[in-house]
Amino acid sequence: MSDTTGTPLVEMKDIRIAFGGVQAVDGVSINLHAGEVVGLLGHNGAGKSTLIKILSGAYQMDSGEIRINGEKATITSPRDARDYNIETIYQTLALADNLDAPANLFLGRELVTPLGFVDDDKMEAETRKIMARLNPNFKKIKEPVSALSGGQRQSVAIARAVYFNAQILIMDEPTAALGVHETKMVADLIQELKAQGLGIFLISHDTREMLELCDRVSVMKNGQLVGTERVEDVTEDDILSMIILGKNPREAA
Amino acid sequence: MSDAATSKTTAPPRRSLMQTLEIDTRLLGMIGAFLAICLVFNFYTDGRFLSARNIFNLTIQTVSVAIMATGMVFVIVTRHIDLSVGALLAFCSAIMAMLQARWLPGLGLELGSPLIAPLAIVAGLATGAIIGCFNGWLIGYQAIPAFIVTLGGFLVWRFAAWYLTSGQTIGPLDQTVLLFGGSEGILGETWSWIVGGLLAALSVLAIYAARRNKVRHDFPVKPAWAEAVMAALAAGSILGFTWLLNSYDIPRGKLRRMFEAQGQELPDGFTTGHGLPISVLILIGVAITMTVVARKTRLGRYIFATGGNPDAAELSGINTRKLTVKVFAIMGTLCALSALVAQARLQNHANDIGTLDELRVIAAAVIGGTALSGGSGTIYGAILGALIMQSITSGMGMVGVDAPLQNIVVGSVLVFAVWIDQVYRKRMGVK
Ligand SMILES: Nc1ncnc2c1ncn2[C@@H]1O[C@H](COP(=O)(O)OP(=O)(O)OP(=O)(O)O)[C@@H](O)[C@H]1O
Ligand SMILES: [Mg+2]
Repeated sequence: MSDTTGTPLVEMKDIRIAFGGVQAVDGVSINLHAGEVVGLLGHNGAGKSTLIKILSGAYQMDSGEIRINGEKATITSPRDARDYNIETIYQTLALADNLDAPANLFLGRELVTPLGFVDDDKMEAETRKIMARLNPNFKKIKEPVSALSGGQRQSVAIARAVYFNAQILIMDEPTAALGVHETKMVADLIQELKAQGLGIFLISHDTREMLELCDRVSVMKNGQLVGTERVEDVTEDDILSMIILGKNPREAA
Repeated sequence: MSDAATSKTTAPPRRSLMQTLEIDTRLLGMIGAFLAICLVFNFYTDGRFLSARNIFNLTIQTVSVAIMATGMVFVIVTRHIDLSVGALLAFCSAIMAMLQARWLPGLGLELGSPLIAPLAIVAGLATGAIIGCFNGWLIGYQAIPAFIVTLGGFLVWRFAAWYLTSGQTIGPLDQTVLLFGGSEGILGETWSWIVGGLLAALSVLAIYAARRNKVRHDFPVKPAWAEAVMAALAAGSILGFTWLLNSYDIPRGKLRRMFEAQGQELPDGFTTGHGLPISVLILIGVAITMTVVARKTRLGRYIFATGGNPDAAELSGINTRKLTVKVFAIMGTLCALSALVAQARLQNHANDIGTLDELRVIAAAVIGGTALSGGSGTIYGAILGALIMQSITSGMGMVGVDAPLQNIVVGSVLVFAVWIDQVYRKRMGVK
């Protein structure tokens, strides 16, 4: 088990954001320690993706505070988030369909030659290396990602997040399109990265999978945090009732 | 996977000649269409269409639209459009013409001073770049659709040009500026061979370097003979083109004037060819630069990524607003460059310069395979598209087709070409 007593890697405090009249995230506080996997659960539209998009720089919060390694962090763009070694696998995957896997993997961070030109061959070689590790069946390196299956696209997005030695990894439903075998590989990958000391936010609708992979789970409903529990303290039914009823049975008890 | 494909998996995959050469079938189709057009017109003009003289003229007539079409590729790839390129060309042309004929002489620079051309050209290019930036700012930062911004610009800049010149035709232009037009600015035979030879060598070198790089990374390469065929094709067509333009002799009257200008007399029986026009060299320079930008720079990568998925580009840390400014700045600068070529070819600035060019430029890019949905397009395609459009127009002129019918045909060709492209894309399963 990871050490959850020291300074958290990430602290998000009292985060709020509204879109028009919709309060998508309403005063949520969560934290994440190094070597820990924190799961986010909740019904569709609960605000999970919105919350982590604030951390990844895609959205800017209306109010709240983010601390990284105990220091106040200002994240106003995806670039800022990258500077804090935050990598994200978005639910939508965020791939440019017309480009091939290497171009997507290195998008925004291209490898360049000494003359400043993009080094496609080097990027292709690096992509082959990481893909050989993550998904040995992946062969369509040079094809536009629009020609890939949903699962293959997902492995490109995962490779992109893993390649750059993130400290904080955000995975928004990373296994949604994956087959049994590939899902197992992602689970192994999460264990491996966790052992390396990364902090991981994981979003998924698969409660059982979450209980296996996560150290703690946080449940959201209608933009608010229902509760955060250590997985060994709760049963699958507890979690389900938190999601459905929006009440923490342990608090009621 | 179709049944036919799976049942044959035991046999090694047979590769067709085209696959081995790795030629883009789309490019091949366009070249085929272009050659067919040339042959048809050549037949109906009793060989005049493919005469060295006509090819020379066709080339210099294409340059202005082709230069802008390369910029339009970037604009359309990023899911925008620029309807103002013809008007912007007119405005930049007006600025340059006024500087040459009125303003700089008014400031005390003698007509014919060697300073006039560089000053006018730099000012023209800067004007194009600044207006392009402004368009890009309105589109990127103020989120006004490009269609609206440039539709407004379409009216604004053409009539701003009108105000600058009070609606007059401005001329004569500076002698140095005229060199950029084509028929006045030619390299002559010797220099053409030197430049043509260099370009041919360069293309062979580029193919070789790309192959060496692949081998270094242990990537599969095509067979050496295929590479050699490609290199020979590239070098051969460059040298062939050079030879063709060298074989178009300068008319006697013009030769005599050229000799007289140097205080010499034209020797009897002396002939020499035109060779490569400077304007074509500019186009080649633009084409190479834009291709390198598109394929080998971060800017180009971001242009295509943004066109493919703007959200993904944004989430990858690309500043898509700034990118929009850059794309329109490039477009504006290229409009100014085209203005230089166009006014030099016409030998003056007239109000109607560049009229309908926005449509020709967009058509060239689209015929050249740039998808209006964004994310795909090539520089060479746009140039070939411009050449095809110009060939059809000039060819019909030579055959004697009425002007109204010419426009009807050009319009139909545009729609037809895009339809063919759609069918092709569906068949090949590309987006
Ligand atoms: N860009 C946006 N503009 C307007 N409303 C938004 C935007 N993004 C999210 N919302 C709204 O915020 C709420 C939370 O959405 P969010 O995507 O965070 O849900 P989620 O918990 O990730 O759901 P799912 O499980 O379906 O992925 C929803 O009501 C959604 O409609
Ligand atoms: Mg979501």
